[in-house]
Amino acid sequence: MSRNEKVNPSRIDPKFKYEVVKMPGGEKLLQCFQCGTCTSDCPVARFDEKYRPRNIIRMVQLGLKDRVLGSDFLWLCASCFTCTDRCPQGVEVASVIRVLKNMAAAEGRIPQLFKVQLGNLIKTGYVYEIPESRIKRREALGLPPLPKGDVEGLIKSLKGLSVMKVLEG
Amino acid sequence: MSEIKYMIFLGCVIPYRVSSFEVSARRVLRNLNVDLVEMPEFNCCGLPLEPISHELMLILSARNIAVAEREGLNIMALCPGCASTLKKVNKILRENKGLREEVNKHLRESNLEFRGTIDVKHLSQVLIEDVGLDRIKKAVVKPLKSLRVAEHSGCHLSRPRKYIGFEDPENPTVLRRLIEVTGAKCVEYMGETECCGATVAGINDKISLSLVREKLSNIIEAGAEALITICPSCHLMYDANQIRAERMFNEKYGIPVLHYTQLLGLAMGVPPAELGFDELRVSPEKILGKIGGGFP
Repeated sequence: MSRNEKVNPSRIDPKFKYEVVKMPGGEKLLQCFQCGTCTSDCPVARFDEKYRPRNIIRMVQLGLKDRVLGSDFLWLCASCFTCTDRCPQGVEVASVIRVLKNMAAAEGRIPQLFKVQLGNLIKTGYVYEIPESRIKRREALGLPPLPKGDVEGLIKSLKGLSVMKVLEG
Repeated sequence: MSEIKYMIFLGCVIPYRVSSFEVSARRVLRNLNVDLVEMPEFNCCGLPLEPISHELMLILSARNIAVAEREGLNIMALCPGCASTLKKVNKILRENKGLREEVNKHLRESNLEFRGTIDVKHLSQVLIEDVGLDRIKKAVVKPLKSLRVAEHSGCHLSRPRKYIGFEDPENPTVLRRLIEVTGAKCVEYMGETECCGATVAGINDKISLSLVREKLSNIIEAGAEALITICPSCHLMYDANQIRAERMFNEKYGIPVLHYTQLLGLAMGVPPAELGFDELRVSPEKILGKIGGGFP
């Protein structure tokens, strides 16, 4: 969905901003006065015109829930936290965007990369599949064996987390 | 001399692709008498998965902290991403008792408990605060006076400020001071605090490689012969992905990217063969030739 598409009033969700404010990291959302410090200091925004943190914040304030949660640009945040550290209003911009990604994920919108990493995690404790050649190389380099993941304990600890449903589908 | 002892946290990126960092870090820490204890069990710190679930990240980090608490040791993470995540969760769960109880319900399922009794530091923080520049300086037997390098601290060494605390994100000095103690000249350049783009790699390579190109161009402009990192993900971007950026933009950079611990090791007179130099993708031959180390 394009950022510049016309707003359809029937698709506006006026309560959306309050949902975001309730989430850890989203608390200061309503303090944003659209100065644009976040966008002008964003390393990703310099190289991709679709990604504009200020616009994302504004879309949330306006209640454009579908448009934000269904977007691809949401996933472009580099999590460098420059916006968060520089916001004059104390908005944790990167964390607001993380809240939005979490919400998109809860609706099943998750880039493949994260499904793979979650799958690896519950198999080994590591988010990457560490190849046998690396394990052998460790020995050759004189490194100690890798710490083992307590996979059984890990799975028990993650019981009941809704994000684990990702792996069922 | 007081004993410095930590539980070492490797994270996922280092075992997966960046053994050179681990080899060199262990080697110089041994020289500096920092005692390392291996983690009896481990899982990802949670940072890579926070985009899909904040709660999942909290539990993953808390599990690791709880393991270290059980052993009664502070954690030293080599990866700033892991360090920042563990620090963040340590602070959040110490301050928010309600949330701590919720997370502990999950942890108790596998006989772990977060109590908030240990600290987490990044390697650079251990070097600057616990070992100290004076002791590092004493260990430098072969000052690298002929080298001109650039530093890249990386975002998670200092951001977000409210959780990290030991370094100023707008004017980082920790890595610069650690480099200067080796005798190498640390040049200033445009965009020193800019992100490496690692988190976007795999989602959008055009953006991440554009960031690599910008960084390398800026340090070449400043006359640096090598880039020094202290983060495995930043290193992957500038070393392994340097070749990909060269291909994408049809340019040649040829900038060796060294882990700080490799640079320090050289200054301590450790043979390059013991510092993982042969794992680097961009050949460090020019640098090693210059300081008379020879290529392994």
